[in-house]
Amino acid sequence: MNHGLGKGVLINMYYYVKSLQYPINIRNRNPRLAKVIISQYGGPDGELGASLRYLSQRFGMPDKKSKAILNDVGTEELAHLEMVGTLVHQLTDGASPEEMEAAGMGPYYTDHGWGVYPQAAAGFPNTAASIAVKGDPIADLTEDLAAEQKARATYEKLIDLCKDDRDVVDVLKYLREREIVHFQRFGEALNGVQEKLYQRNCYLSGGNNNNNNNCGCRNN
Amino acid sequence: MSCNNCQNNTQCPYRNSGNNSSCNCSNNRSQREMFNEIMALNFAINDLALYLDTHPDDMNAIRMHCAYSERQISLTEEYQRLYGPLTINFMSDTWDWIDEPWPWERGAY
Repeated sequence: MNHGLGKGVLINMYYYVKSLQYPINIRNRNPRLAKVIISQYGGPDGELGASLRYLSQRFGMPDKKSKAILNDVGTEELAHLEMVGTLVHQLTDGASPEEMEAAGMGPYYTDHGWGVYPQAAAGFPNTAASIAVKGDPIADLTEDLAAEQKARATYEKLIDLCKDDRDVVDVLKYLREREIVHFQRFGEALNGVQEKLYQRNCYLSGGNNNNNNNCGCRNN
Repeated sequence: MSCNNCQNNTQCPYRNSGNNSSCNCSNNRSQREMFNEIMALNFAINDLALYLDTHPDDMNAIRMHCAYSERQISLTEEYQRLYGPLTINFMSDTWDWIDEPWPWERGAY
C-alpha cells in the first residue's frame, strides 16, 4: 500500500521544533500586561488547560475525525502555551523587583521571580478542575466548543487591556483567530459524531471498544 | 558570484562556487526571510491538516498540503544547514542545538 510521497521528520515521540508558531518580539517591557496575560498560560480558559483537555479527551473518541482533530488541536495548543509564556517572559524580562511591584506583580515576584508559573490572572494556580473529560463524545465535544469561545472572549478582554502595545495586540489577535478556527473544526467533528448516532444499530460508547465490529456505521 | 547567504556562511556547500544558479539558498535572502517563510509554511500545513481532519476527501486541500509540505521539507533542510538545527535529529559535527537564541527570547525573531 502506498502511503505517500515522501520524506519527513521521523521521531517517534513528541519533539521540539525550535520555532514559535507565530513570531513574537515585544519591544517594550511591561510587567503590568504580563500580570493579566498569564491567565492564558495557566488560567481556567488558558492554553495549558486547553491542551490537556483535548489530548486527554482524544482517548475516548469514537470516530476517525474526532480522534484526529482532538489530537491535532491539542498539539497546537501546546504551541500556543509556549507563545503565551513567551509573552509573559518578554514583558517581564529585565524588570527590576521595584518595577514588578509597581506593576502589581510583587506577590508574583515573591513566589516565582522571573519564571513563568501557570496561574490565573487572579493568582490561583492551574487546576485540572477547570477542564472536563467525560468520556462521552457529545459531552466532550460540546465542552470543547464552549472552551474555544471562552478562550476567544478572554483574548478579546486581554486585547482591551493591552491596546497600547501593538506588538502584544498583534500576537493576541493571532491567538484569538486560532480559537475561532478550532471552534469551527470541533463543530464539524461534533456533526460527524451526531450523524453516526442517527444511524441504526450504532453504539458510540467511546474508544475502540470491541462490540462494534458489526456496526455498519464504523466501516470507515 | 555566490549569493549573500553563501558568503556569510562557511558551511554552505555552494560558497564561492561561483555558480549562483546551483545555489538553493539564493534569492539573496536573509536568515530572517527564510525563517519567516518556514513559519508561514508550518502554519499553512498545520491549518490544512486541521481542515483535512474533518474534510479528508477534499482533494484540492490535499494537493495544497503536499505542495506546502514539499517546500517546507526542502527549505527547512537548507535553513538548518546554514543556520543551525531546528530539531534534535539534524546531523552535525558540532552540537549547535544549545546555541542561543531560543524562540522565547526577545530578538529571536
